[in-house]
Amino acid sequence: MKLVSNPRAYWQGLRDCAPFVVIVVPFSAMFGMVATDAGLNILQVVAMSAIVIAGSAQFTALSLLQDEAPVFVVLLASLAVNMRMAMYSAALVPHIGAASMRMRMLMAYVMVDQTFAVSVRTFDAAPQMSLNEKISYYFGCVTIVCVPWYVCTYLGAVLGQLIPTSLSPDFAVPVCFIAIFAPMLRSLPHIVAAGVSIVAAVVFSGVPWNFGLIIAATLAMMAGAQVEFWQRRRAARAEGAR
Amino acid sequence: MIDTPTIDTGTFWLVTIALGIGTYLIRFSFLGLLGGRQLPDWLLVHLRYVGVAVLPALVTPMILWPAATAGQFDPLRMTAALIALLAGWRFGVIWTIVMGMGSLWALQYAFG
Repeated sequence: MKLVSNPRAYWQGLRDCAPFVVIVVPFSAMFGMVATDAGLNILQVVAMSAIVIAGSAQFTALSLLQDEAPVFVVLLASLAVNMRMAMYSAALVPHIGAASMRMRMLMAYVMVDQTFAVSVRTFDAAPQMSLNEKISYYFGCVTIVCVPWYVCTYLGAVLGQLIPTSLSPDFAVPVCFIAIFAPMLRSLPHIVAAGVSIVAAVVFSGVPWNFGLIIAATLAMMAGAQVEFWQRRRAARAEGAR
Repeated sequence: MIDTPTIDTGTFWLVTIALGIGTYLIRFSFLGLLGGRQLPDWLLVHLRYVGVAVLPALVTPMILWPAATAGQFDPLRMTAALIALLAGWRFGVIWTIVMGMGSLWALQYAFG
């Protein structure tokens, strides 16, 4: 099995994911800049981007490392952020689950939010696509999202050192986190979860080893889920009343 | 930055490699090992809120007690963060970054 057996599907994937370059470039450059600012050398910064390729988890790990949080808290928080990818993995099975093991191993490594979202949307809309077309399409998406991710992390790390302290580069860290979660606040459960997260973070800020973060995140997740269950029950009752 | 502790090299590599492996296993899970098995509904519902549960808790102390001001509350950073939040909620990722950094610089220029 080849990565790109169908050039047409490959280019289509590349074109469909191209708009995300506008997000990937500043985001990875920010990471490179912020990580260098935190005292990591260029090799460390680029290695982290290449090994993890997950922006929000990288920012999470970085800021907790800077806070000198214990290793298990750093890992717990950043892996929790990545748990969403288990859903991506499950959602891709019906489409590319029949590919060879080596191919699936490679496809798992480059599974990120944008490549997942765009390819599943396309596969769902075009059930006639063959396995080879789907694989080629997937790697088209990957090329335009992941290559800029590596390159711009490096550029951010190199150029970031030139940014003077008077421009408050420290503030780029919270701004990046806000950039990740603010667009997610699309429904009541999401807003409630975020609200609980903020309040609990303040209430539990005194808990040692940054464990307050884990408590706050757990409470917020439960709050979001409970609101969703409540909404479902309400919808079911409304359905029953009709 | 003022007084930022440097990250220990050994700890950095330990975290990076463990995070890399853990993240890879999450990505590989269903596609590689579990096949088409369905996750239980209650778990899927909780997973949906992981992002909005972890990230605001992480960002709140950075805004309330910034390291750059030695933990002193800074109304300019607070205001800029709220503007970023509003911009992100309304217009998306790019505008969060532009408005967040832009408004902090503007506020610092005006009041700093």
